[in-house]
Amino acid sequence: MTDLFFYIFATLSLGAAFGVVFSRNPVNAAMYLILTFLGMASLFVTLEAYFLAVIQVLVYAGAVVVLFLFIIMLLDVKDETQHRVKPLTWVASVIGFALLIVGIVSISSSDNIKATASTLPDAAGASLKNFGYELFTTYQLPMQVTGFLLLIAMIGVIVLSKKVKTD
Amino acid sequence: MTVGLEQYIAVSAALFAIGFFGVLRRKNTLVIYMCLELMLNASNLALVAFSRYHGGMSGSVFVFFTITVAAAEVAVGLAIIVALFRKRQTVQVPDLNALKN
Repeated sequence: MTDLFFYIFATLSLGAAFGVVFSRNPVNAAMYLILTFLGMASLFVTLEAYFLAVIQVLVYAGAVVVLFLFIIMLLDVKDETQHRVKPLTWVASVIGFALLIVGIVSISSSDNIKATASTLPDAAGASLKNFGYELFTTYQLPMQVTGFLLLIAMIGVIVLSKKVKTD
Repeated sequence: MTVGLEQYIAVSAALFAIGFFGVLRRKNTLVIYMCLELMLNASNLALVAFSRYHGGMSGSVFVFFTITVAAAEVAVGLAIIVALFRKRQTVQVPDLNALKN
């Protein structure tokens, strides 16, 4: 049953990701982005990372995509105009894509991963209590640094979006 | 075929490849940002899968930090895009060539 859900949500995520890349209208791309994030959240649920699934829906599908939509509509971005793509760009993107596919194949056929895949430990350690404990003991310093980073980002956004005086 | 770590890593790598292709291929700055988010999500999925199959919590905690940093990055990046739009009236990458030549 879990396998079936995995395949459904994986297909949903990847299909929606293709939608993000290939839709001409940025608003449609943002909508497909929500679908991808929801699919990823469901994959987190199949991995029994419930807290991260909730965070994914709240922060990504909620806040981030709303911010994207707000900016798209504020700037009134039109459909993408047809730019001539240079042949070299095409060659580079196709080669990069092909290299990544080779990476997929080689990683998934790696012996180490095959060895791990057969032994799934029970998820007793994945509770929210353990998550919080780990966050506030082992990862205390990164946690504080993250708070400082958010403060810096906030100040930066305020400075950037202040009206520039033109004289 | 039963689902194991390999399948999750394959999905993660495929998502990363799609996001990478989008970053190279699209011209709209906002859509490039969305593809960047796809790549971040792909790495998050890989981290969660490894964490689950390893039996520890570290991967999940890293994903928590990644999500926080990504949110901060989106806020700053979109502010930069708005500032750029005010100055140049465009978000298309080929028109933003102030540093060319």
